[in-house]
Amino acid sequence: MKNQKETEDIALGIRRRVFEHSMQNNGGYLSQACSAAEQMAWLYNEALNLGDPTLPMIPGKFGGVPSATNKNYVTGAGYNGPFTADFDRLFIAPAHYALVAYATLIEVGRMAPEGLEMFNKDGSSVEMIGAEHSPGMEVHNGTLGIGLSTGAGLAYGRRRRGESGEVCVFMSDGEVQEGQTWEAVQACAHHGIDNVWALMDVNNQQCDGAMSSVMEVRNIADKFRNFGAVAVEVDAHDIEALRQARQEPHQGQPLIILATSSPTQGMSFLQKRFPRLHYVRFKSEDERAEMNLSIAAELGIDPIEFTH
Amino acid sequence: MIEMVTRPYASAFEKFAIANPDVLCLSADLTSSCEVDGFRDRHPEQFLSMGMAEQNMMSFAGGLGLAGYRPFIHTFGVFTYRRPYDQLMASVAYPRRKVRLMGFLPGITTPGGMTHQAIEDISIMRSMPNMTILETGDASEVESICEAADSIDGPVYCRVLRGVVPRLFDTPIKVGEMRELGNGSDVLIVTAGITTEEALRARGALEAAGVSVRHIHLHTIKPFNGKALLDQIGSVKHGVVTLENHVTEGGIGSLVAETMADNGVGKKLLRLGLKDTYAHGGSRAYLMRYYGLDALALVRGVEQLLDQELDISEQDLDAVRVDAVHSVAKAEAL
Repeated sequence: MKNQKETEDIALGIRRRVFEHSMQNNGGYLSQACSAAEQMAWLYNEALNLGDPTLPMIPGKFGGVPSATNKNYVTGAGYNGPFTADFDRLFIAPAHYALVAYATLIEVGRMAPEGLEMFNKDGSSVEMIGAEHSPGMEVHNGTLGIGLSTGAGLAYGRRRRGESGEVCVFMSDGEVQEGQTWEAVQACAHHGIDNVWALMDVNNQQCDGAMSSVMEVRNIADKFRNFGAVAVEVDAHDIEALRQARQEPHQGQPLIILATSSPTQGMSFLQKRFPRLHYVRFKSEDERAEMNLSIAAELGIDPIEFTH
Repeated sequence: MIEMVTRPYASAFEKFAIANPDVLCLSADLTSSCEVDGFRDRHPEQFLSMGMAEQNMMSFAGGLGLAGYRPFIHTFGVFTYRRPYDQLMASVAYPRRKVRLMGFLPGITTPGGMTHQAIEDISIMRSMPNMTILETGDASEVESICEAADSIDGPVYCRVLRGVVPRLFDTPIKVGEMRELGNGSDVLIVTAGITTEEALRARGALEAAGVSVRHIHLHTIKPFNGKALLDQIGSVKHGVVTLENHVTEGGIGSLVAETMADNGVGKKLLRLGLKDTYAHGGSRAYLMRYYGLDALALVRGVEQLLDQELDISEQDLDAVRVDAVHSVAKAEAL
């Protein structure tokens, strides 16, 4: 499934899809697409070894939560391929990046464009905050900070079984405010778990605004190193830098790639909204129209038609 | 004389785990306190030290479950759900991982006071979808808890007794059933865990005072066999007394109350246990007396239910069993 398109083209496609969706739906997680488009494109198109999807291109409806009586329950992990020993696994730890993740699945040919039309619709599995049963998701990560721990446990188990496939956790920098993140890193280092790695979108943004104003976290690269990880800092929009970072040796330690990103990359108009970018709503129809013209031009597409 | 068994969990877990290679032993810095220190030393390849980091331990265990392993988490019961409640929900209970939570020191079985006493654990776990709850009340149940827990297709929380444990039963836990320990016709007494031993102490005096006692012991709290309970309630004239090592909200007293209300049972119910209170640190016998969880409290409860003085004093009850404070069976003061 790899390399049918250039990773740069996939990243552009992700921004276009998320922008189009947000324009048509009166708002959305635009800044996450800006900061993470290259990262998500690189993961799916190059970095991860994933098999062909095992679930229908058009996602099924919500099939109920796990229970002793729900025998047909499936997670959305099938969009990332089967669980065989040689394939990698991916957890999207910040589940509010779901819109970006769904757009990525479409761009890399793992989900049909119709899947995005089901986004946040009642009865749909394509939920606004990615759930276990949402396309591309394998575990619940909507509560921030649990992703790396789960990935570490899975990686330990896979190593114990002699599986060659690794575990990748896509993280957000806000998660470093949660103590569990540091518990996870120290556990990986203590047990020498090196078949887990994380790509962290360091956009310095969180729900309330700029991280420095919400809770200063200081030098997170130093902190990761002190807790026992190998940490590499790169420009999140430089795909060659991401490739190089992945080559960093990390025997006996987890690798954390800190990808410093711009939450307005590719949609410069959003700079007017800084630092409140977590979820972009339009303040007026005039602003919506102005944003539509400006960002569409920057993304090289016609303005989006919307009806409501 | 009751047979006393020393550290039944230690040998039972070791025997079970070495026969089941996908069972992993996890501990959060309470390895000897949970009687798995010998296992750690003899089987280090099957043991994971997770440190004092319960939040990570829960999600990590969920990840191990994804890889097909069945982690047995060893810590004090209170540490399996208070701090890592969110992780327990999201990483273990929701996805139905086969994680076995071995919760030691249930209720007031520890002198560690509020921070160490799991007094609302059953209430928490009962309200958690997909969770199974088992509780041990004697050495035979402790010896069979690993097999019982590992038979569950999903997560399970177990209240486990440690140290010197009396042998009250000669059969293992059969998940989903309950033990009938008396088949009288006046009053039904429902107990679980350490309160069963208290009920057994009170039984002789109650019978001598002319009260015909029906007594059931619960080891499977969720899922619960409501029909079997209704049959038992239907066999007594006056009503039900529950006695639990837990707050009276959300535990087995509530379980009995809900079953009665749901089925329109119009008999009296008296729920004994911790009455909307925390406990403090002290010996088990002292705490059971102070908070009204012992045999004498049960006798007074039966009197209240029957609205009748039975003229039973403490001397009429079977002797209380006092653990040696510095028993070699205990890892440390807690």
